[in-house]
This record gives sequence, C-alpha cells and structure tokens, in this order.
Amino acid sequence: MVRLMNEEDIRRALLRLSHQVLEKGVEVADLIIVGIQRRGVPLAKRMSKIIEEFKGKKPGTGILDITLYRDDLTQIAYQPIVRSTDIPFSIDNKRVVLIDDVLYTGRTVRAAIDVLIDFGRPQKIELAVLVDRGHRELPIRADYVGKNVPTSSEERVEVKVREIDGRDEVLLLKKSEVDI
Amino acid sequence: MNFNRKDLLGIESLTKEEILFILETAKSFREVLDRPIKKVPTLRGKTVVNLFFESSTRTRMSFELAEKRLSADILNFSASTSSSTKGETLLDTARNILAMKVDCFVLRHSTPGTPHLLAKKLPVSIINAGDGAHEHPTQALLDLYTIREKKGKIEGLKIAIVGDIAHSRVARSNIWGMCKLGAKVRVCGPPTLIPPLVEKMGVEVFYSLEDALTGVDIVMMLRIQKERQNKGFLPSNSEYIDFFSLNEEKLNLAQPDVLVMHPGPVNRGIELPARIADGEKSIILDQVTNGVAVRMAVLYLLLAKR
Amino acid sequence: MPEGLLIKGGRVLDPASNLDEICDVFIKEGKVRKIARNINLSYSELIDASDKIVIPGLIDMHVHLREPGREDEETIESGSRAAARGGFTTVCCMPNTDPPIDDPSLVKFIYEQAKSKGVVEVLPVATITKNREGEELSPMGRLKEAGAIAFSDDGSWVTNSALMRRALEYVKMLSLPIISHCEDKSLSAEGVMNEGYFSTVNGLAGIPREAEEVAIFRDLALAKMTDSSLHLAHVSTANSVRLIRKAKNTGIKVTAEVTPHHLAISDEGITDFNTNTKVNPPFRGKEDIELLKESLRDNTIDVIATDHAPHTVEEKERDYEEAPFGVIGLETALSLVLREVVEKKVLSLMQAIARLTVNPARILGIDRGEIREEVKANITIFDPGKSWLVREEEFLSQSSNSPFLGWKLPGKVEWTIIGGKVVYRSEK
Ligand SMILES: [Zn+2]
Repeated sequence: MVRLMNEEDIRRALLRLSHQVLEKGVEVADLIIVGIQRRGVPLAKRMSKIIEEFKGKKPGTGILDITLYRDDLTQIAYQPIVRSTDIPFSIDNKRVVLIDDVLYTGRTVRAAIDVLIDFGRPQKIELAVLVDRGHRELPIRADYVGKNVPTSSEERVEVKVREIDGRDEVLLLKKSEVDI
Repeated sequence: MNFNRKDLLGIESLTKEEILFILETAKSFREVLDRPIKKVPTLRGKTVVNLFFESSTRTRMSFELAEKRLSADILNFSASTSSSTKGETLLDTARNILAMKVDCFVLRHSTPGTPHLLAKKLPVSIINAGDGAHEHPTQALLDLYTIREKKGKIEGLKIAIVGDIAHSRVARSNIWGMCKLGAKVRVCGPPTLIPPLVEKMGVEVFYSLEDALTGVDIVMMLRIQKERQNKGFLPSNSEYIDFFSLNEEKLNLAQPDVLVMHPGPVNRGIELPARIADGEKSIILDQVTNGVAVRMAVLYLLLAKR
Repeated sequence: MPEGLLIKGGRVLDPASNLDEICDVFIKEGKVRKIARNINLSYSELIDASDKIVIPGLIDMHVHLREPGREDEETIESGSRAAARGGFTTVCCMPNTDPPIDDPSLVKFIYEQAKSKGVVEVLPVATITKNREGEELSPMGRLKEAGAIAFSDDGSWVTNSALMRRALEYVKMLSLPIISHCEDKSLSAEGVMNEGYFSTVNGLAGIPREAEEVAIFRDLALAKMTDSSLHLAHVSTANSVRLIRKAKNTGIKVTAEVTPHHLAISDEGITDFNTNTKVNPPFRGKEDIELLKESLRDNTIDVIATDHAPHTVEEKERDYEEAPFGVIGLETALSLVLREVVEKKVLSLMQAIARLTVNPARILGIDRGEIREEVKANITIFDPGKSWLVREEEFLSQSSNSPFLGWKLPGKVEWTIIGGKVVYRSEK
C-alpha cells in the first residue's frame, strides 16, 4: 500500500482545481458544479465553497447518481443501490463542471454526461478529477486533474474523504490487498 | 443490503428489510418521474412480457409505463382465461414466448399460484401482477410507499381495510406488508366476505364499519365485485351500501387527519361517494402516481443484474 | 426334480393368527404348505429372508387404474406393476373410468385385462348407479355374478338419499359392501384445498370439513335404517372420526379407511402451489391427523387404502385450480405407514399390517391377507432397515404425481410373491 496524497495534498489540489476553473473567466452565476455519487459529491461541495470564498458568491451545486445509466449493470453480480440525483435548477446554457474522485475507464463519466443531457442543454460540460490513473476505454479526458498517477490494472486507487470515510487520503493498493 | 431474488411473487415471503429496501429504491425512481425527461436507459436491451390473462387496464398501463421509463422492450400478451383452457396451458404459452429470448414476465392471472408455477419452471424473472385472491405485491408496495410518503412512517398506524376481504389479493398483500412494518390492521366487511381465520394473519376483524373506523389513521376501501350478490355472499348490493359504504359521518369517527385509499377503479357511490374520492382526504391519485415509481424499482431490482 | 419355494429365516408376521416369529415358509403349487423353524424340505427356489420381514401380501381396496378410458394416466398393466413394487398383491379398482364399470361386460373386461397383462390380483368395484349419475341403480346382482367385489360411485356421493337407501337395502341380498365417497358438493363447490387459515393465505377456495361430515352423517343414518354394510372411503377429518366411532358403538355396520397421505401431510404443507398436493378430500389440519391416528388405534378406522389416483405430468403442470385432484400412492404406502404409524408408535407393526391385509380382506369377504397353511401364497417381504429416496423416474406407475417426491422413506419392499411366484424383486 502506498499513500499517494494526504489531507494537505488534497486540500491544495482542490484549491488549484477551483482556481483553474475560474481562470477560464466565467461568471459564477453561469457556473454549476456537479459531483458524481458518491465521493465526487463532497469534493464538489468543497470546490463550491472555495469558489464562494474567493468570489463571494456560491455557484450552483448539484449531485448526480449514474447507476441507472451505467452500461455495465449486467456485468456486476450484486444490486447497486440507486442514490439520489439532485440538480434543483436549470442547467440550460450553463457551464457545468463534473467532479469525480478517480478517472479510470471513462465509463462513469460517459454515463454522467448522458444524465446531464437528459436534464437539459448545457453550454459546456467540463470534467475535473482528483486523480487520473489512466487506462481509458472511451475517448474521454479530464479538463482539470489534481494528480496524475500511472498505475497498472492490477492496482487500485482508493480515495477517502472526511465526509464519508472520516479522513482525507488517496491510497494505491495492490489487488491482493483489496480483496482482504 | 442486496436484493437477491429472481422473482417477486408476494409480500408474504419478503422480509421487513426487503420491503423497506424496495420502498427506498422507489424514492429514486419517484424523483426520475419529476425530471424533464422521465426516462432512463437502465433496462436497455431487456425484454419484458406483460402476460395478462385478466383484463386490468390500470395495472397493465402502470407496468407498461414503468417498463418504458426504464427503456425496456415490451411485449404485451392479453388473453382471456377461457381461451387458454381450449388448448394451450399457461406454461405452454410462457415457454413459447420464452423461446423468443425474453427476460421477464409480468403475470396477471385469475388463479392463485400461477406466478409461482412459472417461477419454478422458467429461468427468467416473474413479477406477480395479481394472482386470483392470493397476492398483488406491487399494489401493496405502492400503498405502503404512499402511506410512508404522507404519514412519514407506518409503524404504529391504525389502518382499516374495508370490503370483500375474502376475494381480495390487495387485502392479503397489504395485510402482510402493513403488519411486517408494524401497523395495527383491522379488516371490516360482512362475515360472508371475511375469510376463515384471517385474524391469524395478524389483523382484527370487525363487522361494523363504525367500530372499524373509530380512531384509524388510514382507511382503505376495496372494490366490491357486482357478482358477489349472485353467488349468495350478499342479499343485495344496496344492502351492502347501507352497511359498508363510506360517508362523511362515518369518516368523522376516524382520526382528524385520516387518509382515504382505494386500489381503483372506484365504484363511485358504492364503496365511497365521489365527494370523498375526490376530497382532500383522498390520496387515491397519489397511489396511481407512486405505482409507476414502485414498479420501476421492482423491475430494476429484479432485472438490472446478472 | 425338487419343487417349491422356501423363504428362509425371515421374521414372519401374520396378524390373523397373531404369529410373529423368525421361521421359514414353504410354498408349493401356489399355496403355503408349511410354516415352521428350520424347514428341511427340498425346494427349487430359495429366498434368504434373514433381517427381512415376511408379511401377507398387501391389499389395497381403493385404487384408480384408469382403464378403460384414460390409459395415458395408468393402465391395469402399469398400475399393477406399481402395486407389486409397493408390496400389494390384491388391489380393488374403482369404477369411475370411461365408461364407468356399470355393466357385467365391463367387469369381465377388467378381469381379462388383469389376466393377460396384470401382475397382481385386480378386483373390480362396480358402480352403485348407472353411468355413475346418481339416478338409477346399476344391475348390482349381475355385476356381482360377473365378479364385482363391491359397489361405489367413488368420485361422487350419491346425493339422492332415497336412492342410497335402496342401494344399501338391495346389496343385503348380495352380501357385498357399498363404499361411499362422502362429499356434499354444494359445500365443497369450487374448493381446491382444506378450508382454513392456509386457504385464506393462499387465496384459494376452501373445501370445508363439513362437506365430508354432513355426507357421513347421512350415510350412517341410512346404514342404521337399512341395517346394511357401509364402508367409508378416505376419511379425512376429526369429526368424521367421532361420528364413525359413535356409529360403531351403537352397532351400525360401518367400516372405514384412511389414506397414507392424509396421515402424513397437513394443509400447512401447501405453500408453493405444488399441484401434487391437490387431492380430494384435501389435506386437512394437524388436529385432524392426530384424530385419524387415534382412530387407527381404537379401530374406528379399519383399513389403510391408498386412493392411488394417477394423473399425467401435463395435467398436473396446469395451475392449481385447473389441475385434477389426486395423488399416486401404491409405491409409497407401506413406507409411509411405517413412518407415520409404526415409527410414531400409533400402532405396533403387527396392528399396522393388519390394516393393510386381513382387515380389508374381511370387509371384502375374500380369502386373502393371511399367511396360513393351505392358503394361496400371496406374500410380501420387506427390509425394515433400508430407507430409500422417492424419485420420479423410479415409479412403475405411468404417472408420478406424488407429494412425496424427494422424501426419504423407511422400509423397502424386496420381494412380492403371488401364488408362490415372485412378481416383483427390488433391484440391489
Ligand atoms: Zn373418492
């Protein structure tokens, strides 16, 4: 097991990601931050808060569950729990930034884009991730990346967040360690 | 928790935890129904067969809408039970359709146990959409969902189910579900329409509607079939109305915030007057809306897995 | 050249003579010639029966062999093979065939089929009424001359009380019993299982116990009125037992039977709509089973009979309302009696065997059901220590509608012998 990021690393990465989003010169009123269930949700809330502290105004913040849009449901044996999707405002003509913890095959992001498009017609969709570990199976890339980590498919990246796991850290595990 | 069932045959065999899990899952689907685009791709590529041997426009429409909103492909098969007795048996019919590679049967049939027969013999999911007087699990689930939505809980509520208990699958499924979730259930009707030893299912039996309604939080009126009169269960429908039809005076015996339910379609003026069916205490239309969400949840839990 | 069959070293049990001893039985020219220890006669065939029990060939006074009319369900040939596997050497076949056995020619047909293709002795029961319609009496005298062993409209109750009275009166000159299927169909109506908590839960129409009891009460009254012999088929309820007990105590000439399946399964067992649990009369409650067992102990019920009722897979694969009533029973009867009656100490083994042998023989007035010197050598040998799994593919009956599929049962029939000839031998 290797610790890739600690609490301080994560804090700084989110700060940087938030500033990168703002650097593109957007009105906060036109910006929407959407976290992908589950660990993208607290990350989105934190980024939203950073932006509020910096700009004095809070961007629209939503949460999105992609379970019903997954294209691999039939390949997983158990029943994933459907969590809530909550985007309580129009996303038409807005700039939407999707946040997730880890970017891997790209399938989650593909599904998330489908959900967003069923909610309206945003002007632009961007993607921010805390960790990009490579191995894409779809032509998808992140606009903002906290940390690039070259991995093998035998490994697994685990992001822990305070709001869910009680602590902030990013771990790299061997498959054998995961199974235990 | 995982929901690891192939079929949904009844409420009797479900645990309290399974019922709550379905109701929680249904909340997510209820939210989908409020979206601008009320359709999700979850069951893309799955084929669901609605096999209806009894006419039931409402239940079939509700299932069909749930299937469509999950993007499943749909095959509708309706036949009267009498035509099936001429040659093909239910199992023959189902095996023939199965050969076309389908994933799920939603079965409505007048004989108890027919979904169990298919579930035992076929490797695909079976959803019981009503089997004779036995069970109607999705109806009970949508009723439970609606009660929870309106009252915030089920435990401790006093609920009266009124009418032809003996021939009602809705009553049986609701009795199981409500008792498992901790409600105090009363059943009320003429003795000829109360089935033997029903109190062993955990309910209290009343022959007086006034007594049954006193202090209840929910009253569920069941549909009365007109032909009961001919089979000697009732002297006449008009006498039934005298004793078992709901009116404001009787409803005043219940809790002030009592809610009125009915599985539909309502015989207005028989089970209850239009004033009450359309009044502020009625949640009959909420039941209908929630029916789609609950059926989406059931289809998802049974089909969106290996 | 020596002749004869020697059954050596078995525990020979004969209820009629109250014999229970380890000894040998010597059979020659179709009859038992000697019962003794260490018989030292020359023989052509030897059965080593050590650790086995040697009993009179079992008699089943209530089976449905479906021939003529429903040879897809069972034939006299297949049914009698099933009987032999179950240790039965004599069976009485009910007349609710198509056509019903209401004519001497049909009685003779059964005898001919049994003679040419049958394995065990098949004795036909003829109808009480013409075409089993409950309206006019069958030609009972001629039916007896053709060989009918009893009269029954089994499957239906003779609802016309006056006609039933005449039937009971008329058979007095024939000395044959009337076997009544007691069921008031206005009460059983659309019912498919016992009326009670479980019919309520299943949402299935119930058959109340009173459908049987009302009918039994009337038949007992008529038996008393006519002073005739009445045998009640497949008694299933506690109150029926009480009625019969009272009738016997007041001297009414009534006898009664119970099936092994009604002793083994209660309506609590009908949870998954398995149509092999659909039987008429239906499986009743646990309290009924208790009283049925008690009734065997005090001789209120004299006989255990199977009501073997074969139906094809296609018929039983229908839904619970459409599927026909009935279960097969010949091949599981002895084992079920051992399990429900002997192991549960309702009766001694000797008493239990009496209800399958000498008791039905006496009701029918036939010279069977005993192991006695100079009597036809119908003998069954079973292994009490061997248990077996009830499997669909092993039934010799043409049908497999048994509620006991998958059950492990005690006691295996090893040899069935009729007139000194082995007609069934179990596989090793
Ligand atoms: Zn019968």
